[in-house]
Amino acid sequence: MGEGVSETILSGSGITKSFGGLKALSDVGFDIKQGEIFGIIGPNGSGKTTLINCITGFSKPNHGHVFFKGKEITGWPPHKIAHLGITRTFQIMRPYYSLPAFKNLIIPLWSPRARKLGGWRGGGKHGDRDTVAVDILEEIGFERDSRVPYKLASTLPTGYQKRLELARCISMRPEIIFCDEVFSGLSMSEIAGMMPLIEKLKMEGVTLIMVEHRLRELFRVADRVMALQFGEKIAEGLSQDVIENKQVKEAYLGTEEV
Amino acid sequence: MEAPKTEMRRKERIDRGIKVRTEGIYALSSLREIIYLMGPRLLLIVGLLLLPLVLELVPYWKRVVNIMCVYALLALAFDFLANYVGLVCLGGAFFIGMGGYLSAIFNSYLGLPFYLSIPLATILGGVFCTVLLLPCLPLRGVYFAIVTLMYPLLMTRIIEAFDILGGTNGISGIDSFPNQYVEHYAIIIVTLLILFALRRFVNQDIGLVLRGVKDNDQSVRASGINITTMKTLAVFVSALIGCFGGAYLVHLYMWAGISLFALDFSIIPIAAVVIGGGGTLVGAVVGSFILVPLSEALRDLGTFRIVIYCAALTAFIVFKSEGIMVYLQRKYHQFERWVKV
Repeated sequence: MGEGVSETILSGSGITKSFGGLKALSDVGFDIKQGEIFGIIGPNGSGKTTLINCITGFSKPNHGHVFFKGKEITGWPPHKIAHLGITRTFQIMRPYYSLPAFKNLIIPLWSPRARKLGGWRGGGKHGDRDTVAVDILEEIGFERDSRVPYKLASTLPTGYQKRLELARCISMRPEIIFCDEVFSGLSMSEIAGMMPLIEKLKMEGVTLIMVEHRLRELFRVADRVMALQFGEKIAEGLSQDVIENKQVKEAYLGTEEV
Repeated sequence: MEAPKTEMRRKERIDRGIKVRTEGIYALSSLREIIYLMGPRLLLIVGLLLLPLVLELVPYWKRVVNIMCVYALLALAFDFLANYVGLVCLGGAFFIGMGGYLSAIFNSYLGLPFYLSIPLATILGGVFCTVLLLPCLPLRGVYFAIVTLMYPLLMTRIIEAFDILGGTNGISGIDSFPNQYVEHYAIIIVTLLILFALRRFVNQDIGLVLRGVKDNDQSVRASGINITTMKTLAVFVSALIGCFGGAYLVHLYMWAGISLFALDFSIIPIAAVVIGGGGTLVGAVVGSFILVPLSEALRDLGTFRIVIYCAALTAFIVFKSEGIMVYLQRKYHQFERWVKV
């Protein structure tokens, strides 16, 4: 962790969510510091995405509270939460298929938050959004002089679609980005291409919360990790501690009958 | 090496030189290219403006032009909501009825002239329709469609049951237009304006946000934009267009009655969009220009025309489901010319 990382930006306590009889989350609490990379891991169905949904407003928790910079945001509608600078990617990426890649970014750039904060890195408040969009895409790895940024989003390969998801978050000028499995489905070289982006975002002071199945890549970048199983928190702490945790190992590998 | 004796030539698409990277942006460098690009647009504009003059030869068909344009407006409103915002709205009859009755009230009860009653009815009707549809905006897909279909029925029953606004007899004695050219050109010019304004609107940044709502509304919400606000705006735009049609119609018929809430105004525009090609906007206009005259030509056949109507529609959906305009646009861009190598 870098210097002066101490202030809590996002915290939750007692978050519980059940779908009918199924308890997807029970009594999950967390404390995320400004500027850190926080990993959330767990086997399939352990409630990782549900937790993100509960924090970003896409589903309402049955119990519990979420605080952003000390202000309670539990149960707010998603657009209000996004307006605060809490953005997310979706696990199942669905870009705006009928629009060219760079036009996909017009939508977040048009949002009240992006307009309030003005242009993106010198784009100017009255800057042309198309230009700003292509700038952001270049930053995130779309070659400016190729045809890629101008292609329809539906024709882009998966790697670019994942980047586009991330670009959508970045163009909001966020404080927090929830990355819901941005590495899954990517080849090793595509992941290697994404890594510098993640590190760069961290350097810019953005807090990243990464839900991942690719543990090796996650542990390389994450400062702290929380592990979930069956909707309950089973471990939290520094990456190396969590990976050595007995319960976490059992959750992933299963227990041995003695 | 010597140059070849015979001139080498190959075929090239006309739009090859003028298309830039992405769809919809062109680099024009000669008059020919400008004509190539503007030709179809000018054909539509000039053709429509000349239509009432040409039809002096067959005066019976002149009224059909007006009705045709009203349906074109409704089809535009439907196409915009369905293919750019993702709301399937069967509220054509609702918009027509609202705009029509309001204009009738302004003109007949309050004595406003037509050039005030139509704009007032358009705006007020747009507001009323939007407010009434507001509770169903969070509904998606077929539910929204059903609710929009219910309102005209509701209005008809209210007017019948309480015997208000002329009851089943309707409101008669509404001012007509001063002469038939005002009558024609009022609707033709508005239709053209709305067509080109909507085309521009959907490619503006705000229009892209609306298209985003259609593609993936969750992602728009995650981008910090309230989708209900955006949908409200879109419904308002659509309602304005429809209400203008209604307000115009009562002045054309000099009468407002419950037939303004007829289902035709909801269904025929959809058929027009299917035939013309959804998502092109101009297709909606072209579709109405085919369907309405067709329906008029088949008038002698009585109810049998519905059969022909349905057969034509089925044939279109089966054989050319993309619609006429999508097909024509593709063919037009595939035109080739010979060029020297």
